Amino acid sequence: MNAPPLSKTSPVTGSALLTNAVGLHARPSVKLTQLAKTFSSVISVATDAAGPWIDAKSPVKIMRVKASKGTTIYFEASGDDATLAIAALIDLVERRFDESDGDDHG
Amino acid sequence: MNPMGMIMAELRLAGRPASPGFASGPVVRLVEKKVHRVSSNDPAREADDLKKAISDALLSISALADHAEGEAAEILGFQLVMLEDDALSEAAFQAIASGLPADQAWREALDVEIEIYCNGDDEYFRARTADLEDIRDTVLDHLNGSHAQFSVPPSAIIVARDLAPSRFLSVDWSRGGAILLSEGSPTSHVAMLARARRVPMIVGLGEIPDSASSLILVDGALGQVIVSPQDETRAEFLKRQSADEEIAFKATALEAEDAVTKDGTRISVLINIAGVEDLDRLDPKICDGIGLVRTEFLFGEGPVLPDEDTQYQAYRQMLEWAGARPVTIRTLDAGGDKPIKGLTVDGESNPFLGIRGVRLSLQRLDVFRVQIRALLRAAPHGKLKVMVPMITVPFELDHVRALFQGEYEALKARGVNADMPVLGMMVEVPAAALAVSHFKSDFFSIGSNDLVQYTTAAGRDIGAVASLADVRHPAVLKLIELVAAHGEHSGCDVSLCGDAGGDPDLIPLLLEAGLRSLSVAPSLVGRVKLAITHFSFEEVRTRHG
Repeated sequence: MNAPPLSKTSPVTGSALLTNAVGLHARPSVKLTQLAKTFSSVISVATDAAGPWIDAKSPVKIMRVKASKGTTIYFEASGDDATLAIAALIDLVERRFDESDGDDHG
Repeated sequence: MNPMGMIMAELRLAGRPASPGFASGPVVRLVEKKVHRVSSNDPAREADDLKKAISDALLSISALADHAEGEAAEILGFQLVMLEDDALSEAAFQAIASGLPADQAWREALDVEIEIYCNGDDEYFRARTADLEDIRDTVLDHLNGSHAQFSVPPSAIIVARDLAPSRFLSVDWSRGGAILLSEGSPTSHVAMLARARRVPMIVGLGEIPDSASSLILVDGALGQVIVSPQDETRAEFLKRQSADEEIAFKATALEAEDAVTKDGTRISVLINIAGVEDLDRLDPKICDGIGLVRTEFLFGEGPVLPDEDTQYQAYRQMLEWAGARPVTIRTLDAGGDKPIKGLTVDGESNPFLGIRGVRLSLQRLDVFRVQIRALLRAAPHGKLKVMVPMITVPFELDHVRALFQGEYEALKARGVNADMPVLGMMVEVPAAALAVSHFKSDFFSIGSNDLVQYTTAAGRDIGAVASLADVRHPAVLKLIELVAAHGEHSGCDVSLCGDAGGDPDLIPLLLEAGLRSLSVAPSLVGRVKLAITHFSFEEVRTRHG
């Protein structure tokens, strides 16, 4: 299941830069998957535009990626709420997962 | 009197502080248990057993989570989310279908998952292995029917390789206790829990001698453990422990204040750190800057060394955290008691007198140049000072300066943003202290631990000679005085960044020797400031007549 599933409409894509200090660490990974699960679309993430793509709703798979600060996260979604899903996920990354990490000092 | 008594002397171990505080008590050693489950040899039944064990484990974790708050709730929540994800057990069920017993299939699948976290140089991810091990063992306990409440007597000192958060949460810490880990990490979930509950914890202690019946004393802030203490040591320790609470209260109140002696001299108090994660939740206001960054921890245990960008990001984050305050980053100080696979020299007969610190960097220019470039690129993001460890002769520092200059010009030629940092040296070798005026150094930082061991010829790693390695030796204080006096004449900053700076009993001696700047563990800042406010140069002069 590495490739995003085929759908009648072409998938919606987007990307965002990880800027929170710890990257896609435990708490951010959980937040990302929980947000992804609120959408009916099939959503995949990758750390390279060429893939491999992984299920954005699986915290175990997201944690395996060990994406660190400075990595670009690519999203791809197919389904009725794909556009909304991508916008929400990018917003979450750009809000630094609402984490108040060391970077916020000074 | 009894020579045997001297040899059986107490043993002191040093590790990385993970949570401050004092503790003394009996030792409880946690041994990883092995229970053998009888397989049904029926893949369908094995799969059912695993499914049931997973759902039972989910129930027991949620039961713990129901009573948890804050960090604890978050950690257990993470475990629940991971265990609920079918991706975690997928491989185990496949292995069961191909004939493996449920327990073996689950253990192997989780061990593969844990391996993913272990490999890599990101300490945050490495620290998560404890959570996965916790998940693995909770399910195994249910599978083996051995899920029993884990019991530890009150105020016990737990000695283990590593500790799972769920085990921590099942212990009653209200009557004291401490955690000593031979491995572990200060950024692990269990370390966060220990800090939140004020349970002293030390990690990375290596082999902890098996002396189950003997008493152990723990000083979490210093990362110090004393096994089989002598009566004298014990009495002194207990006195410190009882005075600790009152001091802690006063010290906390002083943390964010400037350190000033009773008679009005301002003393700089800086912090020692090993990585960006040490700055988590730390307010820059508590210090006058970072006096020591031990970059070797960034290098882990090798053999994969951090690349230029990884180092640059780490240094830059430290500089940004500190803002206008200076950040003193020490170049790689490997060797001695800090071996790095694939980098340091194995089998030296006396590593402390061998290829360590700058001696190693100058032999491994390929590795050193990467660090130099990362530092040069980080310099524009704050007030960077770079210090070089183990300098013995002036040529070494000149050579390092030339390397910085060369790399700086190369970066500039490529249009890369970079600045030449202030470049200074550590004074750890008595020869460097005695000849201090010969060095073209922008500043000096006294590494008291090494200066003491080299001056007294008493190894830091040998418990039996520990009492000889004393900063109070007049020869050591004389060397500190020499360096401080040179700093005053030449206008160069002089600081001290060894353990002595964090010891309230030694601070008066260091100030008398002429030091006006100390760099200490972040958890000791309040106490150091408290000791400074109790000190008066005027009173010392009067006393000396």
